[in-house]
Amino acid sequence: MLVVLLILAVGCREEYEILYSSQTETNVGQENTGNLKGFYLLNEGNMGSNKASLDYFDFATGVYHRNIYAEANPNVVKELGDVGNDIQIYGRKLYAVINVSDYIEVMDAGTAVHIDSIKIPNVRYISFYKGKAYASSYVAPVEFNQNARVGYIAEIDTTTLKVTRTVNVGYQPEELAIVNNKIYVANSGGYMFPHYDRTVSVIDLETFTEEKKIDVGINLHRLRATPYNELIVSSRGDYYNTPSKLYFIDLETEKVTGSLDMAVSNLDIAGDSAYIYAVAWSHNTKRNTITYGIFNIRTKEIVSRNFISDHTEKDIIIPYGIKVNPVNGDIYVTDAIDYVTPGTLLCYNKNGKLKWKVDTGDIPGHFAFLYEKPKRSSCATGAP
Amino acid sequence: MNVCERYIVLTAIGVSVAIYSACAQTRLDSLQHLPEVVVTAEAPREVIPGQKLAGKELEKLSSFSVADAIRYFSGVQLKDYGGLGGLKTVNIRSMGTNHMGVFYDGIQLGNAQNGQIDLGKFSLDNMEQITLYNGQKSDIFQSAKDFSSAGSIYLQTKRSSFSYGKKSNIRATVKTGSFLLFAPSVLWEQKVTGSLSFNFNTELISSDGKYPFRYKRVFDNGTVAYDTTATRKNGDITALRFESVLYHTIDDGECDLHGYYYTSHRGLPGPIVKNKFAHGQRLNDENFFVQGKFRKRFGEFYSMKLQTKYAIDYTRYVDAEWTSPVYVDNQYEQHDWYISSANKFSVSPYFQFSVAADFQYNRMNANLVNFSYPSRYTFLTALAGELNFNWIKLQTSVLGTFVREKVKMNAAAPEKNIFTPALILSLQPFKETDLRIQAFYKNIFRMPTFNDLYYTFIGNSVLHPEYATQYNIGFHYMVAPKSGWLKSCSLQTDAYYNRITDKIVAVPAGNMFRWMMLNLGEVRIKGVEINTSAAASLYKELTVSLRLNYTAQQALDVTNKNAKNYRHQIVYIPKQSGSAIVSIDDRSWGANFSFIYTGKRYNAKYNDVNSLMQPWYTSDISIYKDILFQPGPESYKLRVALDVNNILNQHYDVVLNYPMPGRNYRLTLTFTL
Repeated sequence: MLVVLLILAVGCREEYEILYSSQTETNVGQENTGNLKGFYLLNEGNMGSNKASLDYFDFATGVYHRNIYAEANPNVVKELGDVGNDIQIYGRKLYAVINVSDYIEVMDAGTAVHIDSIKIPNVRYISFYKGKAYASSYVAPVEFNQNARVGYIAEIDTTTLKVTRTVNVGYQPEELAIVNNKIYVANSGGYMFPHYDRTVSVIDLETFTEEKKIDVGINLHRLRATPYNELIVSSRGDYYNTPSKLYFIDLETEKVTGSLDMAVSNLDIAGDSAYIYAVAWSHNTKRNTITYGIFNIRTKEIVSRNFISDHTEKDIIIPYGIKVNPVNGDIYVTDAIDYVTPGTLLCYNKNGKLKWKVDTGDIPGHFAFLYEKPKRSSCATGAP
Repeated sequence: MNVCERYIVLTAIGVSVAIYSACAQTRLDSLQHLPEVVVTAEAPREVIPGQKLAGKELEKLSSFSVADAIRYFSGVQLKDYGGLGGLKTVNIRSMGTNHMGVFYDGIQLGNAQNGQIDLGKFSLDNMEQITLYNGQKSDIFQSAKDFSSAGSIYLQTKRSSFSYGKKSNIRATVKTGSFLLFAPSVLWEQKVTGSLSFNFNTELISSDGKYPFRYKRVFDNGTVAYDTTATRKNGDITALRFESVLYHTIDDGECDLHGYYYTSHRGLPGPIVKNKFAHGQRLNDENFFVQGKFRKRFGEFYSMKLQTKYAIDYTRYVDAEWTSPVYVDNQYEQHDWYISSANKFSVSPYFQFSVAADFQYNRMNANLVNFSYPSRYTFLTALAGELNFNWIKLQTSVLGTFVREKVKMNAAAPEKNIFTPALILSLQPFKETDLRIQAFYKNIFRMPTFNDLYYTFIGNSVLHPEYATQYNIGFHYMVAPKSGWLKSCSLQTDAYYNRITDKIVAVPAGNMFRWMMLNLGEVRIKGVEINTSAAASLYKELTVSLRLNYTAQQALDVTNKNAKNYRHQIVYIPKQSGSAIVSIDDRSWGANFSFIYTGKRYNAKYNDVNSLMQPWYTSDISIYKDILFQPGPESYKLRVALDVNNILNQHYDVVLNYPMPGRNYRLTLTFTL
């Protein structure tokens, strides 16, 4: 009898199949978005779970393809990896920054088929300029110091996909933008509590050295260039007494010229409008306070206190990603829920009405638009 | 439940029925007779017996630590991070590790910091008996702490026993095998006078913790997509333990003094994720305690038990990996003072009651920024009564818990004054048959841990306790014929329903770097457990015994109706699990086969193909041979034991991305004089 039980148990165990993609029809059908074919959504996956995953939305069919990486690359051991942090398309290549797995996955932009991988430890964000990629990393391998572990920027040749130069910056650098032949990177020092970093490093592209540090505010995160020769930089605050804030840096003088007392967790700029959301924890109510809004990057005035008009924002638990469709003005918001269940992607039209929503992977957060004929241009500078 | 899982259920039921009918046939021969009980300090007096592994059975199990052995109990899920040094915590009936009380020689092992006891730290080298109770140990003569958990594990260390004319026993053991294991130990037992004895036990464990692991995926047509094998690294451990017990028997009682010291240095092997097959985090720890016990009966009416303990635990965590954003060197220190008085009053043969009062003081230091430096004063009192007629036993108890906390920084948790009840019933409807119908109800809570309340950033000092309510009904049937080939046979089945309310969970607060502990969760658990055992004597001294356990559990997250995971099975709880042990013994040799099965389960709270984990099962074989030497009047015994674990070399994770060892070997030489 015991033998029977054993044999039955043996039969119950199956091999692990590769994780095939699944398709969800949104109710929009075909959408005319010109040469904009679709977008990729990178799901971070909780740390240690190795569940970073890639989704794709196709405007031609209105079909949402969930978890496409393993199917496109079935032979890659342990799939996409642990904690996706950024995704960009440059030229014909798709770059996914995988933080804990210490690398950048380079794929074909049309098929998501693996081309190469670039090893950079604890890599965070990526930006492109004149045929080169620039990636921020928390840990500079040179000058390893136990107590002062600064981050660095790596320069990658997008043809050879090799790191060509590196430059050390501040503590735990996050987003970066490249303007006027200079790299600006937000140093967070997020792991240094209570001694946060509070600077933006300025790197000269010619010499690849750090020219100076601009003092801004504690625990910096987002950094975007505007067409008005300015940088918008967000400070996360310290989660205790110093609240989250937004700063403006004039690129002529490289000084902070103003700030907005508005909590900003994430933003996306379309024209003169910056679409933002903020999640702030209230100690009194033991709840998150969530706000959505639009501010004008030229006038620095708040245009709207909520871009969602149909009250569906109450269904969003933790907004985590935001992106505006450059063709039709649709607004995409992702909900990470609790970071350990599959998230939700919500699509709002430009009037703030919910068009569709789908389930995503775990912690959906980062978008990359795919155009019909990817050109080798510099249109993708700066903001992710 | 798929087809093959359904077959497992049917077979498990079939086996149980078969054993039951085998028992039933011999019913007429049976008498009211308990099987031989291993002599322990206190004879069991429980209304509902616990699950036990003791003595020889435990020795033969080819298990290394208490954690390995405990997997053979039903209703138990072990969370195992793999390897000798990997954290191993236990969860009973899906209620969560923090609801478990672990008692070492009668006194609870504490961890006010995170409420978890690493059972991998406790060696089987000096273990006499492991007992598991659902609800509580149903013996009213116990400390208030014994009433304070939703489930308890009692670890009883070896008590010295001396054969006639002998004054000392010495046992030397050395274990070696896979993972470069080297584990020597010595046990010295000495009789000082007729009533006074002591023992001293020390053990060193060292292992490089390296073993191959494998990750593999296939296409839907079965062809291999990828298949990779690598070596587990940074799982090394060096641990040293010293333990000594001074034991004194007195008229109608006993007293003892127990000292314990454990230290270890180990690597934390970390999760295997893409591009990261090695990690560099390290953990050092030191645990010391000294505890004493005094028990005496004064006449027929009154018995008392006094217990006291002081413990200090030190933990140091170092992350010196260069890919980590900062160098981390965290140190934690905990102090635990405890005293307890239990008093039993036997009013009549049918009625007795007890009053117990415990006081505990916990304090914690850590080198963390903005740390609260909490201390906790806990006063527990329990009132319990027992009615005992021949056919019915009824026990009821009420536990009062009063907690006050202080902090040096930040806000202290508000005071807590809580009363929780338990009711236990056992019926024996037929005088001639050892069939008992047993039931219990218990409402209990677990305190938020120091980490829940005060950990920098995530701690929330206004947390309420997390409650567990349990309902259990079952029966226990046993026969032990005095003659014939069948020596004993038992069958126990329980069905239960548990509710966890105000479950303490971490929720994101603002952003991913910031979490907050809240009383948010609710879980409903339904389960069935079947335990069967049989022992038979086949020929002369050749005996065979069989033990079979089966558990089916549904543990649903019912926190939020609108959540995507509403009514999904909670993380890592298999719907089905089971174990089997078959052992054969003759005079000087024996063999043991043990098998553990854990069915499908999910590694995330949302159940889908991405979080599904395949069943795993391990088969372990152990054989031993005793060799006697008799050069003079004294005789010496050498036991040679060989264990082969996971003989099918199955690769599996208990915890996602923490691979477990494949086939491994162990040779144990034990020399007794």
